[in-house]
Amino acid sequence: MNTFWIILTGALVAASCGFLGCFLILRRMAMLGDAISHSILPGIVIAFLLSGSRDILPMLIGAAVVGLLTVFIVQLLSQNGVKADAAIGVTFTALFSVGVVLVSLYTAQVDLDLDCVLYGEIAYVPWDTWQWGGIDMGPRAAWGIGGVFLLSLLLVGLFFKQFKLCSFDPALAAAIGIPVVFFHYLLMTLVSFTTVAAFESVGAILVVAMLVVPSATAYLLTEKLHVMLFISMGVGVLCSVFGYLLASWMDSSIAGSMTAVSGLLFLLAFLFSPRHGMVIRMLARRRMRLGTN
Amino acid sequence: MNLLLALQDPNTQWVLMGCILLGTSSGILGCFAFLRGRSLVGDALAHAALPGVCMIFLLTGSKSIGLFLIGAGVAGLLASYSITAISRYSRIKEDTSLAIVLSVFFGIGIVLLTFIQHSASGNQSGLDKFLFGQAASLVKSDVVTIMIVASVLIGLTAILFKEFTLLSFDPGFGRGLGYPMGLLDGLLMLMLLMSVVIGLQAVGVVLVAAMLIAPAVTARYWTDKLSRMVVLSGVFGALSGVLGTLISTQQENLPTGPTIVLSATCFFVLSILFSPRRGVLARLFRFFKLRRKVLIEDVQQALYECLEEQAGSSRPGGVYLGIGSAELALKSGKSLSQVKSALAEMVRQKIVAERAKADGSSTWTFTPDGLKNSYLLVLNQRLWDLYHMNQNEYHHVHIDQSQEELAPQLTEEMLEKMLAQLEAYDLTPKLTEGTQAISRLYAREQGGLSL
Repeated sequence: MNTFWIILTGALVAASCGFLGCFLILRRMAMLGDAISHSILPGIVIAFLLSGSRDILPMLIGAAVVGLLTVFIVQLLSQNGVKADAAIGVTFTALFSVGVVLVSLYTAQVDLDLDCVLYGEIAYVPWDTWQWGGIDMGPRAAWGIGGVFLLSLLLVGLFFKQFKLCSFDPALAAAIGIPVVFFHYLLMTLVSFTTVAAFESVGAILVVAMLVVPSATAYLLTEKLHVMLFISMGVGVLCSVFGYLLASWMDSSIAGSMTAVSGLLFLLAFLFSPRHGMVIRMLARRRMRLGTN
Repeated sequence: MNLLLALQDPNTQWVLMGCILLGTSSGILGCFAFLRGRSLVGDALAHAALPGVCMIFLLTGSKSIGLFLIGAGVAGLLASYSITAISRYSRIKEDTSLAIVLSVFFGIGIVLLTFIQHSASGNQSGLDKFLFGQAASLVKSDVVTIMIVASVLIGLTAILFKEFTLLSFDPGFGRGLGYPMGLLDGLLMLMLLMSVVIGLQAVGVVLVAAMLIAPAVTARYWTDKLSRMVVLSGVFGALSGVLGTLISTQQENLPTGPTIVLSATCFFVLSILFSPRRGVLARLFRFFKLRRKVLIEDVQQALYECLEEQAGSSRPGGVYLGIGSAELALKSGKSLSQVKSALAEMVRQKIVAERAKADGSSTWTFTPDGLKNSYLLVLNQRLWDLYHMNQNEYHHVHIDQSQEELAPQLTEEMLEKMLAQLEAYDLTPKLTEGTQAISRLYAREQGGLSL
């Protein structure tokens, strides 16, 4: 049963990250996702210190505030003439440092382990269960990430057309009256939510892997956004299953193994994707060369 | 007191020495990375170093920084090759490939790290210090390695400064001159990698990239010359290294990486606020100064135009009374308080003179000098208006619209043509010292102007 819960939580994390990641990489904001996943750390710690509990709601609020703050600062700096990549680099390292210093200073109060911040500990998920009306409802982490996943599905489903247009042609979207900036910040809020819900199980840094790698894999396999979303979520689930197997075989971090598996899946797509794969294209070129000779 | 004691400790001195050289070398190289738009590549290289370090430990079981350098170097090369390969051979963009490589390598590193920790060979403690850095864990031999590598990096940059400058600003031109730009780019990448690797133990995998970025961005705020920027960036890097290390020694359990990064960030924030040319405060100051100047000029022009109308309509020999502030506010479209403050400033500069009326209110007219000044101002303004109205006619004339004065940019005949056009539109400023109607305007008693 524990195995089931671990894999389910991992799959939920990977699927909800992969879902949002598609929009991130289409808008060329992969590194902004990376920045958010690092910089929400102080938000989590402050929410934790203020509320004194590990409840998901204060953490979500703290993370969303800091996540949006990150996006805002990056935008502000790039408007002031700092190159975009340098602005991202300065912002997230600074905020992440604040988080680490806070964790170090309040070690006694904060039940957060620095290692756990980095790569999480999904193996403990089944023991931290949610009691509701005296009934054991299963792990809290699974409910948390499940709820956030549902919220993303709902919001993106409602505004699918808008999100799609904003991803591919923000200028056109703005011209026909879609509030592009609003959807930008909405997406970033959802990314922050997902990151914080996922952070307990896969850690702040490996969230990036789940945000970017499955969606990039899907990007190599299809031309249609909705197909890409499904493939990305599917790849995420595969990562969870095989990552768990790899981790239990090697006796190592589950989150790390999930990432390693996602890297492997990406490599496969990179080499053998039917339309964009390197090997396939090489073969096609060779066939053409032989044909012309 | 505590700090002084810490400084006397020879080990701390070694560590500080290492951090200074570390900060200097990464600050210097960071400038080139920043200019090449490669700031985040350092981040990817640093994350990628983790599996390399773990592999070396698994293979040799030793924790010497020299060996780690090799492992991290190999992993970093692999990572930087993967980044280029992914964005070159597929339709994935550079930033996404950066994020993919960064996270996958780091994930593999975490797998290896936890594998090592769980297999408990006993000697593995301290390996996790690589995540956030612990400068205190540096021993003398590590520091010597760091110092040698950092010195080589700094020396190489000094020798190849010209070539790297070319690479940063115009690689195409460099290729045209016959420099091997691809080779230089690879060398720069390798040097970035080395500076990241020697920073790992002190600053940590997660944050070492900040040592490349923050000092360079900070230095950019203070100068527009690359040579100065490189020196400044090195200094900022060294300062943050020292400051961060000292702060971290003051508190147990505080990793060095975040304190160094926060020191660097402090320099950055201070520079954003206070740097003389690009700083926020300096720019705000310039903005308000300009706004003030424009306000005064607007009011001055409004006064001139009001006087012009009055002079045109008033009876010959009538008394010229000046203009009230309410009328000026209406004419210029500014608020009454703005007009009053502008008038006060102009009185101080002796451009206008105030004339008290019997009912206690005041009116304003120009002083002789002020009139001369305003005539030029209004003429310039109307020439600009004319230029903008008839831009089609003047499109062949090279005009720098950011300049304030139009007349000096025109040739003699151009100016004459425009003046004639002004006359045709009845826009020639009518109040001058020389004209018959005006020469009688000066009233001596109050320094003002009357008709």
